[in-house]
Amino acid sequence: MESGIGNYLFYLFGFIIIVSGILVVSLKDIFHCALMLVVCMFSVAALYVLLGADFIAAVQVLIYVGAVAVLMIFAIMLTARVSGAGIKQQNEQVPIALITTLVFVAVTLFGLGKTVWNVSTRTVPAEGTMKLGKLLLTTYVLPFEIVSVVLLVALIGAIVIARRT
Amino acid sequence: MHVGLIHYLSLAAILFAIGFFGVLTRRNAVGILMSIELMFNAVNINLVAFNRFVTPTDFTGQVFSIFTIVIAAAEVTVGLAIVLLIYRNFRDVFVDNINLMKW
Repeated sequence: MESGIGNYLFYLFGFIIIVSGILVVSLKDIFHCALMLVVCMFSVAALYVLLGADFIAAVQVLIYVGAVAVLMIFAIMLTARVSGAGIKQQNEQVPIALITTLVFVAVTLFGLGKTVWNVSTRTVPAEGTMKLGKLLLTTYVLPFEIVSVVLLVALIGAIVIARRT
Repeated sequence: MHVGLIHYLSLAAILFAIGFFGVLTRRNAVGILMSIELMFNAVNINLVAFNRFVTPTDFTGQVFSIFTIVIAAAEVTVGLAIVLLIYRNFRDVFVDNINLMKW
């Protein structure tokens, strides 16, 4: 994606990500926030395609858009009577949080501008998914197994926590 | 202007800051979890961008971003279960009303 169209797509999806992200944290209705979160995550998946990470983009759509967003919407539906009009959705820390966030962005962007990155000129190989699968089952097989156990524990833990006793 | 590593890192920093702002200001516990998801996404953009621009043939960043996505899924599962349990006990999901353990 070294051509000019890739640049324009980056700016387009970056704009969508930032606008939908701001809407996620600022909209009154929490259900609309969940829908904006879906838009944001789709755009992040598009960025992964631009970066040559096709498998990560597919996983992003499957896990975040398919599972996490649906789970969020389920939770919003199950906790009714909290998203109507007139209920304050933000606490009294908005001004100080805004200042902190802007300082964080300024410091981070300043640091990014000062750093010299060791950028490689090569591109991502086309058969990336195959290499990724081989890496996951050879070099990274121990973290892979541990993280699957973590997922299983989280699954059982969620069932135990949310169960009616 | 050519889009390089710095553009992706700046975008990720801004998205992380947006999620940070949401965590600090949201009253709804589900909204806080959504903001945390935004922060996870920002970190993933960083990892994949480093993978693309610094070590394109090693795939280390992509492997780590898969682990991050799995951990995020586990986090949101347990988090929403806790939110549902809190709602069942308190009839409320606004975190500033749930101050039973504050003195």
